[in-house]
Order: sequence, then C-alpha cells, then structure tokens
Amino acid sequence: MNAITWATFEPLLPEMLLVCTGLVLIGLDLFAEKTREVLPWLTVLGCVTVLGMVLGERNVSAFGGMFLTDSYGVFFKVISLLSVIMATLMGEHYRRVHGLRHGEYYALMVFAATGMLIMASAGDLMVLYLGLELMALSVYCLVGMNKREAVSAEAAIKYFLMGVFASAIMLFGMSLVYGLTGSTSIAEIARFTARTGLAENPALLAALGLMIAAFCFKVAVAPFHFWTPDVYEGAPTMVTAFMSVGPKAAGFAVFGRVLVSGFPELQPHWGSLLAILALLTMAVGNITALVQTSIKRMLAYSAIAHAGYSLLGVLAGTADGLSATMSYLLIYGFMNMGAFAILVLLSSRGAHHESLDDYRGLAKNHPLAAVLMLIFMFSLTGIPPTAGFIGKFYLLRAALGAGYTGTVIGAVIFSAISAYFYLRVVRNMYMSEPEGELDFSYSPGISAVLGLALLGVVGLGLLPGTIIGRAASALLGQ
Amino acid sequence: MIPLSWYMALAAILFSIGVYGFLTRRNIIIMFLSAELMLNGVNLNLVAMSYYLESMRGQVFTFFIITVAAAEAAIGLGIAICLYRNRRTVYVDEVNQLKG
Amino acid sequence: MTAAPSFPPQYLAILILILFGIGFGAVTLYVGRFFRMSRPYHEKLVAYESGNEPTAEPRMRFSVKFYLIAILFVVFDVEAIYLYPWAVTYDRQGLFALVEMFIFIFLLLAGYVYAWKKETFQWEK
Repeated sequence: MNAITWATFEPLLPEMLLVCTGLVLIGLDLFAEKTREVLPWLTVLGCVTVLGMVLGERNVSAFGGMFLTDSYGVFFKVISLLSVIMATLMGEHYRRVHGLRHGEYYALMVFAATGMLIMASAGDLMVLYLGLELMALSVYCLVGMNKREAVSAEAAIKYFLMGVFASAIMLFGMSLVYGLTGSTSIAEIARFTARTGLAENPALLAALGLMIAAFCFKVAVAPFHFWTPDVYEGAPTMVTAFMSVGPKAAGFAVFGRVLVSGFPELQPHWGSLLAILALLTMAVGNITALVQTSIKRMLAYSAIAHAGYSLLGVLAGTADGLSATMSYLLIYGFMNMGAFAILVLLSSRGAHHESLDDYRGLAKNHPLAAVLMLIFMFSLTGIPPTAGFIGKFYLLRAALGAGYTGTVIGAVIFSAISAYFYLRVVRNMYMSEPEGELDFSYSPGISAVLGLALLGVVGLGLLPGTIIGRAASALLGQ
Repeated sequence: MIPLSWYMALAAILFSIGVYGFLTRRNIIIMFLSAELMLNGVNLNLVAMSYYLESMRGQVFTFFIITVAAAEAAIGLGIAICLYRNRRTVYVDEVNQLKG
Repeated sequence: MTAAPSFPPQYLAILILILFGIGFGAVTLYVGRFFRMSRPYHEKLVAYESGNEPTAEPRMRFSVKFYLIAILFVVFDVEAIYLYPWAVTYDRQGLFALVEMFIFIFLLLAGYVYAWKKETFQWEK
C-alpha cells in the first residue's frame, strides 16, 4: 500500500474548492437569508478563482492514473466553468425579474460544475461515472427547480428517467469492459486491447456499443435525443442554457477520452457508426427545428443539430478532429449562451415571451437586444466573420481529412437548411412591425453574460488562431 | 465452484428484465424500480468479475454504484412527489404538457 | 472456461434441499385437501386482525411524509457501506484515514443540518 499524503490531493484542489464554495452557499442560504443578494456574486467569485487554478494546473496523473490534469481536461474544464459562470449571472437577472427564491440554485450549479470538472479529468471509468452522476443529479434538481410549475416537474421526471436508464446501460457496458480487460483504467484498457489483440472481440464491441449509446443519450445525439426538446423547454431558461453547453461539453470530454485513448484500435468500428449517427442527428435537429414556433424549443433542436456537428471531430479520431471539436464546443458555448441570455432578458414576470412572434419588430424598440440576437443567430448559422463559421470550418476540414466525405457533404447541406430557421428570427426582428410592447431592463448579471458572449463570438471569429492553437496543443497525451 | 458465465448470465437476465420493465411500464415508480434492477444486474456482474479476476476494482465500483443509486432514488422520489402534487398522477402517459 | 459448464457438485445438496422443500409443501397441502372438511362462513373469511373488526382496506394510502423520511433514511443508511472497508483496514491506514473519514462524516452532517433546517423532520408543518 502506497503511503497517501496530503500532497497526493494537490491536483484535486480546484474541485475541493468548488465543493467548499457549494457548502458555503448552502450555509449562507440556510442561516443568513439577508445575504441572498450576494450569493450569485459569491458563486462567480468561486468559479473564477477555480478557473484561475485550473488554468495553472500542471500535467499530473494522480491516484494511479485515475485523475488526469492534462491540457485536454483543462480545456473542457474551462468550457464547463464558463457555462456555470454565465448561467449564474443569468440566474442573477432571473432573480430580479421572477424572484428566484431558491438559494440552492447556485449551490447546485457549483456541484454540477464539480461533476463536470471530475468528468474532464477522469482517467478511470469509475471516476468518470462518479463525475457524471454528480453532474447529472445536480442537473435533475435544477430542471425541476420551479416546483410550483407543472412543466418543470414534468421535464425533470423525463430527464431523470432517461438519465438513469442511460447510466444503467453505460454501466453494463463498463462492467463488460472490466470483465474483458481486467481494468477500469482507460489507459490500461487500451494497452490490454493492443497487447492481446482483443479489438475484434464481439463482446468488447457490444460493450463499446452500450457505452456509446449512453454517451449519445447524455450529449443528445439521435436516435437517443427524444428527451431533449421536452426537457429543454420545460426547464427554467437559464438551466436550459447551462444544460445545452456545460453538461454537453463534459459529455464530449468523456466521449473523446474514452473512444480516442481507451479504444483507439476500434476506430474503424466506432468511426463509421458515429458518422451515421452524426448525419442522422444533423438531419433530425435541423429539419425539426424548421417547424418550431417557440424559440426555446427551436434552440433545443438546434442544440441537437450542433451535437451532430461536434461529433464530426470525434469520429475522425485524429488530433485535428479532437481539437476542432474542442474549439467548436467553446465557440458554441459562447453563442448559445448569448442566444439564451436574450431569451432570459426578454422574459418578464408572468410571460416568458418565447414564441417567434414575440420577436416581431424588436429592432425598432430595442435595437441593442436585436443586434446582439442577430450576431448570435449568424454565428449559430455559421456565417463569417463570426466564430461559428470558424468552428464549423475546422470541423468539416477534420472530418474531410479523415475521409468521411459523405458525412461532410451532409453537414454542409443541413447547415444551409439551418440558415432558414435562424434567419427567420432575424427577419422577424428587423422586417416586421412590433405587435406588443416588451418591457425589460438590463441588469448587471445579464449585461455581463451578453458582453462575455459577444466577446467570445466576435473575438474568436476575428482571432481564431489563439483558441485553435490552444486546443491543438491540448491533445490527449500527443 | 460456480463458473463465471453463470453469474454473467444471471446478471444479463436481471438487466434484461429491468430494460423490459422500463420500456413497457408506464408508472414512474415502477420504471424507476426497473432501472434499479438494471443497476443490480451490473453490480452482480462487477462483483463476480472482481472475484474471478482477483482484483478489488469491481467491488469498489459496486460500492460507488450502490451509493449513487441511493442518491438517485432520493432525487427520483422527490421529483415524483413534486410531480404528483402538481398533476395528481404518476403515469408517464398522462404527463404530456410538453410536446411539439 | 468450459463450453458447457457442468453443475458444481458441492451445490447438489442445496438443490436437493430446495426440491425437497418445495415437494414437501406441495404434497402436504394437496394431501390435506382429502382429509379436512370445508365449511366456510363469514367470520372465518374475514381478514384476521387479532380478533378486532378490520377497519380499512389493506391497501391503504400512506401519507407522503413517510416517503420523505424513507428517502432520508435511504441516503444516510447507504453511506454506512464506506465505514466497513474503512474499519477493516483502519489499523493499516493510520491517522490519515481517520481524518478522511471525519471529513466524509462532516459532509454527511452538512446534509443532515440542511434537512433539519428545512423542517423535514417536523411531522406537522
């Protein structure tokens, strides 16, 4: 038995700090009700501190390879923390407008962030599972947060049942992998598979299939996407924004790590499987989004479609592909958070203003909100010079380089289709007459989110080199 | 000594009963019970494999699964109670405000 | 591993015991039918509640408060499984494991305080 000392825990410090932040938040909420106003700022402070610690992390493999603080993980941690920070700031605005009474919102956000950080660093299936569940359990509660609203509870129970089912399927796959390779360490699984020529073993393929199905559930890839629209619509808007960015990025982190460093020998199998799933996902997401009348639901289908785009990089299984997926997820985080922030901004007490018609003539009365929405919609479509274009460009190039020409052609076609429903929002805002008066005001929280998102979308669009370089240098031990 | 394949067969049967129950039943509580049955199939698999591989990892994994399952049960029942207070039902078919 | 695993002989006794148990019960119940008389009347068919009149349906509904207590019980009960491996290897782990376990218990305690403060243990709210 190796001696365990406190130094062993050093790589875990950011996660520990987050847990402490969460406990402090709960404590303040319970015992000092007057401090509720500062809770969001305290959360942001904690997350920014952790972000700084994460960026300064050295490349360490702790607990016998169970916990890896490599730059691949750090990149995903940054995306997760940014999503938590932005969702918290949105919560600050939501509290002013709708009166968010639950201090637990912030604590649950922080615990979800802890789970995502653990997922991004997981070098072992056990740690991966624990991180995944810590994140998922927190998000189940967040979805059902408005307990007086029936749709919120309905969304929560649907998400919960689907999530539990997916976890069980993933665990069955993991147990088979453990039985076949004798280890739960991702690196050890790859070594064992290579040494014993297990790659063509049908049981291993079945186990991998079960795990892929479960990961597809988590990141909302068709045909495992059924829960997504309902849950995204029923959840409070800032939770939807958070779910479509943070947990999705963390899901892709484990997706990439398990497939690329755990099962590199099986790439021909999972690569072609994911190519089909990516195509199907883009088709389902983009085509169903065409007929939506609620912007929130449209963004839910758009989130499915974007999961399809992000898969393009993973399925290539190459360094280029992974770095393209990573930078795309960061860019997607900024633009999607921005779009949802506009939704949060426009909602007022008693009316959510989520339908397309509510955006008619927005440009006339509220030019700033309209121009921001325009930029985010352009970016989601992938129109240059926004960041969305850069992200898609690298993804398509990576998939093309790996030889998935058919999938790339499909992606381009569906991307063109998606222009219809994104630009319909823009048309409504600029080319229609306003119907009703929208009453809203910019709070510090929502202004910060919009500023951050705008900075991300425009900054990464004009200077893509910084982020792509960072993502490329952050590859799985390569 | 009972061969490993017997344990694995039992685990697979438990897991399949769980999948079948989850997909066919419409009562939220029963669906959740089915999911728990699936988890128990996994636990059995892990413990049996751990015994045969003479490595402790499988059993440690089982500990974690049991704990997480308990937390899941708490949250699931909590959400079900919340839903029942709002809608007076625990049947998924009757929970259909969100669609389109 | 053999292709078709044979039955492990040391478990044969258990199989015989199971078969014997089922067989004994089935045979005695079936044979009894030939000897006993069947004369049912109302008092005999009523559910037995220690001589009292049954007051409600057996499938009565429980108050939702019981579920809340049950949920809390499940969560705090399961954490005990971590105490067993810790207790077994305690003498080899030393002070470090003791501190670890205190942190673990502290986190549980935080949950307990939360539940307490939220008045979950209050029967009448």
